[in-house]
Amino acid sequence: MTERRTGTRPSILKPGHTFASVTDKISSIVLTKKTPAFWWIGFFVSFLFWMLFLGAVCYLFARGVGIWGINVPVAWGFDIINFVWWIGIGHAGTLISAILLLLHQQWRTSINRFAEAMTLFAVAQAGMFPILHLGRPWLAYYLIPYPNTMALWPQWRSPLIWDVFAVSTYATVSLLFWYVGLIPDMATLRDRAKRKGFQILYGMIALGWRGSAMHWHRYETAYLLLAGLATPLVISVHTVVSFDFAVGIIPGWHATIFPPYFVAGAIYAGFAMVLLLAIPLRKAYGLQDFITSRHLQNMAKIMLATGLIVGYGYVIEAFMGWYSADKYEQYAIWNRMTGPYKHYYWSLILCNILSPQLLWFEKVRRSPLALWLLALVVSIGMWLERFVIIVTSLHRDFLPSSWGMYSGTIWDWSLFLGTIGFFLALVFLFIRFLPMISIFEMRSLVPEAEVAGEPAASRVVPETPS
Amino acid sequence: MSQENRSLPIHPGGESPKYWRSLEELAGTPEFERFLRGESSEEILAEATGLDRRDLFKFLGVSFALAGLTACTRQPAEKIVPYVRQPEEVIPGGKPLFFATSMTLSGRATGLLIESHTGRPTKAEGNPLHPASLGASDFFAQASLYGLYDPDRSQTLTYLDEIRPWPAFLGAMRLALEAERPSRGAGLRFLTETVCSPTLVAQMEDIAREFPAAKWISWEPVNRDAAFAGARSFFGVDADVLPRVDRAEVILSLGADFLACGPGHLKHARDFAARRRELAAGGPGVRLYVVESSASVTGANADHRRPTRASEMDAFVNALAGALGGSGVAGGGSAFANDPFVTALVRDLSAHRGKSLVLAGETESPAAHALAHAMNAALNNWGETIFAIDPIEVKPGSQLTDLSQLVKDMNAGRVSTLVMLGGNPVYNAPADLNFAAALEKVKLRVHQSLYQDETSVACHWHVPAAHYLESWSDARAFDGTASIVQPLIAPLYDGKSAHEVLAAFSPSPERSGYELVRATWQKQMKGDFESSWRKALHDGVIGGTAFAPRAAKPAIAKANPAEITSEPLEEPPSRERPAPSAPSSSLEIVFRLDPKIYDGRFANNGWLQELPHPITKLTWDNAALVSLATAERLGLRKEDLVDLTYRGASVRAPVWIEPGLPDNSVTVYLGYGRTRAGHFGNGSGFDAYRIRPSTTPWWGSGVELAKTGERRELACTQLHQNMEGRELVRAATVEEFRRNPKFVYEHEKPLAPEMTLYPHYPSDTYAWGMAIDLNSCIGCNACVVACQAENNIPIVGKDQVHRGREMQWLRIDHYYGGDPANPQHFYQPIPCMHCEKAPCEQVCPVAATVHSAEGLNDMVYNRCVGTKYCSNNCPYKVRHFNFYHYSTQFRAPSMKMLANPDVTVRWRGVMEKCTYCVQRITSAKIDADIGNRRVRDGEITPACAQACPAQAIVFGDLADGESRVSKLRRDPRNYPLLEELGTRPRTTYLGALRNPNPALKVAVSTEFPSTELDRETGQK
Repeated sequence: MTERRTGTRPSILKPGHTFASVTDKISSIVLTKKTPAFWWIGFFVSFLFWMLFLGAVCYLFARGVGIWGINVPVAWGFDIINFVWWIGIGHAGTLISAILLLLHQQWRTSINRFAEAMTLFAVAQAGMFPILHLGRPWLAYYLIPYPNTMALWPQWRSPLIWDVFAVSTYATVSLLFWYVGLIPDMATLRDRAKRKGFQILYGMIALGWRGSAMHWHRYETAYLLLAGLATPLVISVHTVVSFDFAVGIIPGWHATIFPPYFVAGAIYAGFAMVLLLAIPLRKAYGLQDFITSRHLQNMAKIMLATGLIVGYGYVIEAFMGWYSADKYEQYAIWNRMTGPYKHYYWSLILCNILSPQLLWFEKVRRSPLALWLLALVVSIGMWLERFVIIVTSLHRDFLPSSWGMYSGTIWDWSLFLGTIGFFLALVFLFIRFLPMISIFEMRSLVPEAEVAGEPAASRVVPETPS
Repeated sequence: MSQENRSLPIHPGGESPKYWRSLEELAGTPEFERFLRGESSEEILAEATGLDRRDLFKFLGVSFALAGLTACTRQPAEKIVPYVRQPEEVIPGGKPLFFATSMTLSGRATGLLIESHTGRPTKAEGNPLHPASLGASDFFAQASLYGLYDPDRSQTLTYLDEIRPWPAFLGAMRLALEAERPSRGAGLRFLTETVCSPTLVAQMEDIAREFPAAKWISWEPVNRDAAFAGARSFFGVDADVLPRVDRAEVILSLGADFLACGPGHLKHARDFAARRRELAAGGPGVRLYVVESSASVTGANADHRRPTRASEMDAFVNALAGALGGSGVAGGGSAFANDPFVTALVRDLSAHRGKSLVLAGETESPAAHALAHAMNAALNNWGETIFAIDPIEVKPGSQLTDLSQLVKDMNAGRVSTLVMLGGNPVYNAPADLNFAAALEKVKLRVHQSLYQDETSVACHWHVPAAHYLESWSDARAFDGTASIVQPLIAPLYDGKSAHEVLAAFSPSPERSGYELVRATWQKQMKGDFESSWRKALHDGVIGGTAFAPRAAKPAIAKANPAEITSEPLEEPPSRERPAPSAPSSSLEIVFRLDPKIYDGRFANNGWLQELPHPITKLTWDNAALVSLATAERLGLRKEDLVDLTYRGASVRAPVWIEPGLPDNSVTVYLGYGRTRAGHFGNGSGFDAYRIRPSTTPWWGSGVELAKTGERRELACTQLHQNMEGRELVRAATVEEFRRNPKFVYEHEKPLAPEMTLYPHYPSDTYAWGMAIDLNSCIGCNACVVACQAENNIPIVGKDQVHRGREMQWLRIDHYYGGDPANPQHFYQPIPCMHCEKAPCEQVCPVAATVHSAEGLNDMVYNRCVGTKYCSNNCPYKVRHFNFYHYSTQFRAPSMKMLANPDVTVRWRGVMEKCTYCVQRITSAKIDADIGNRRVRDGEITPACAQACPAQAIVFGDLADGESRVSKLRRDPRNYPLLEELGTRPRTTYLGALRNPNPALKVAVSTEFPSTELDRETGQK
């Protein structure tokens, strides 16, 4: 609506598209016989790292968590850093899908599908770490409340138990949301697929979708309900994750600002990852018509906003450290800034606070390359943030006698890079086999879908042609 | 079921049935009536269980399915071998038995009670009846169990590396003896370590009767040569001295580490701690001055410590003696004459005549010893705080002279048969004697030792030695008290005791150690021998064998001490004469015994290798220690590799900075760099013996230090020894304490009980608690190894320590305070605090660490999945994690016998920590339950408290207001660590007191500036 009023912003769909052209364009990526070379190369490289991940996990299970750099006092290292990092990345998809849906932000349409997929894949990476980081991973089911003869239940006061529920609920709802959103497109692919196997496969996934008014009606209800359900989860997951630290007693962890600050950080990281993926993809598949500069700019603005919240978090953290008049808190902050890990801290400030200020400039927001680089910087920055929070708080806590140092080993890095490979491999499989942009929702943006007096796509569902 | 139903009988008329099918029918129960009426069993079931049939099956199904999951737990395989015949007194799986025995180190015995589980010795405790133990033990004794089961021990008798039977050895010795007989043993030499065993002495005397020309030489790299020479020059005869620390109010240690090492150190530590506690009780207490050229535990406990270059020690002692004697003969030209420290010290000592004590260390010169004796005489201390007794050692001469003579004889071809009983002279003889080359010239070389070590490989015959826990012997304590060494277990390998090897040179070579020891005492014990013998074995001491103090005060005591110094010594041991004071900028080297692995004999003992050094907290390595100023002057950083060259020999050593060393002085510890110690000892550290000459065994001037540009990582367990201004160890001077008895709360306020959000759980049972008196603790490390032994704590190796993964449940934190050039030292043992509001318990997701009703913070190993969250959230960082499967990693099969069966051996991936020795608590509670009473105060002693020579750790029931620990809790010095966090620890500390001389105006300070020490060494 806004673009019509001002008339200056780039549109969210290039003019000239019709229902058919939209459907053709998006479905052809999946159904085309020729898989592009860059896909093969990209997938192969990702696959190699995926295998590195498997190797690292096998060695981990065989030897124990001693292969990592963790120690006492720093008993959490890359494992939890990566967990929080991936969970953070897994925030953008559901945020885009659910919250922006409820807020009637139509520009979400072209990016929500793969943002959701990315969310799922990121949450999948994150979800493995709580198990991998256990000393005895084969007993991970102890964290699940199941009836047993010893009448033993999990210890409900532990934030790790809250994590189990928060993350598994989030993963389940995100998966459902994504899947429900896929159903109409699956029917489209089923109908357009030439090969028998794909017809059957997509047919099964489409659950017998015929596009009847009743289907659309139920679909819309279900989708809205799921959006409503997912919305609080976007906030709750990272809030609960932040409790892992905020509930702890360690100076640098024990802070009430953590929940909002973590949620903002997660959205920040999530959008950075969406940009990181969207910019090359739209270029590679020529999707500039659908993922327009407007999309990129909007995401950049969200990044700027959340980045500022995160920056505020840092400032308040430092302020509260001083203001608390608690010598341990004061030292924790001082140690972050001037201690042996000061380079991490200042790199984090550079990555997460200073460089995103470039987004104030429209020129930067309009340049996909600049945005991509900034997204990369922010992703690194958010990883550093978790490193700083976890490692620098733990390595020097109350008793100087127990102070120590931490650094990751080759296995820490293997696992980290391995999950990136795993994630990218899943992304490559997704873009090859599923429509990365919601076809039917894009169709609703086409001028033909416009009903008199209303701009197109103010409703989610287009009118069924009578 | 209502009452109404019950009154409705099934048989009208109210009579009970004539015939009945079941008791239920006869009784007419309502259930039966309903059954008869045809109500379905399902309804009855639903009523009984609250479930309907479908729900029941659902639950059953789920339970079955989930029950299968438990199969995912890996259970260690266990083999059970039953006794075929029940041994006497042993209850399998029941209570352990304790046997008294003694462990000797450098000839002096410490009485021990060894815990034996079904025939396996597992733990050493002190023998309360033994004068050198008084119930306490040191880490050597604790770790000796590890040595017993060490798989690297020599296991077979060999001749030129080939396995031979014992009779073959006896035959060969017989032949050799016959060859020696014509010369009456002129070519026969016996080389032992310092030995005070009456049986061995008797055996030697027997051999000497048969072979009068044979010689017996004793050699240990740490010996009392200087002490004996000093005593000889002072008394005119050989003597040992017996200090009575419990009677002294002012003690001056001249390099004597009497609290942690040397004869009677456990007793001295106990007496010293008792006197320190007296300070808090208002008594006179004690003031300790330490003048030393290195860093020692005793120095760390001093009220005034004075780092003094080794080359200036004699001048210092001279100045002091001169000032004390009053004539100023020796003090005249000395730089120390007008030193305010000396002045204050002299005044303080003079004010405590008969109540002071001057001690010289084994590393000081004979002159210093003689002057220390003279100062004690001038202060009227003889007969009050110090006594002279006959020497414990049979050969109180100079071991170094004897060894040099032996080497000369060997080189001259005068030695045809050399029998070495224990010892490792090839490794630890002074480098310039070149013992190994001389040894080559001996025709028949025999070595009996626990390991096939550097000396064994240079010999023809190697006889594996029996461990002291495997053999019969006898020994004397520092005061002469004799005790029997009785075996706890048959030799694990073909080990032979020294007595059995020596028997080979007697007319009856097959006599067992048991017979030999009994024979010795049969001659000496009066009355019924069997009952005396049994009593000696049971008590662990032979009553009335302590050497009587020489009644008369030394005649010379009345003489002016200054005269002694001006007199030339009787036997001037010129080699000990200090070189004319070298220019203070030239670097001097100080050799010291390692405070963990001793002279190198314990190099393969994993517990001792991994034990943090009491001051530097280094493990698995020795280092070249330098002071901060010296490091700065030479541009050295921690872990820099340097070449130390002294008199042509050179070693490569990593640098470590130790504030409080004298400047321009390098301290190196002996005992490392072994090549044939075994799996752990080989290659750990550098061999300082290679630059230790016979002329100056303890120090030397003019060492060259050259940087190599390389670095060697050292595994330190405490990278930060600076309290950072935090109120961790709270200490005050006695004056401050008298002024403000609650000085521990000078800066912090006590936390009010209501300052918590958590509910208070009332306890109607025991409330276990611990109080650790920092005023008593001397930081000796005995508790650390005792805990390790009691609780099956694995060792993890240098790499893992370097990564910050050491497992010792109890650690002793060491902090510096005050002046970096001469800091004050503070120790703080840190076990689990057993917080009442434990942060660890709250964050464990699986309830693997939970609170017991008695206030213990229990670890449930079975339940632990290893999230490590508890460790992160522990403010004291007392939790230790099995990052790898440590319990088997370094555990050879023989080591399994070492494990305490009352304590779980932990698996990989499990968190563990101090339990207050819950197995001992439970055992005492069972005893109390059987007696239908409460556990008495003092009935439970955790391993740390039991080993502690200073009695600094007190454990007990806080619910009992009269228990010792409750009383300590009410002490004004009592404070919890990190109280402001509200964790309500059950372990609390009592503030330390120091008793500085007001004239010296030294305040107790726990503040320490940030220095080079704080530089992060590269812990991975």
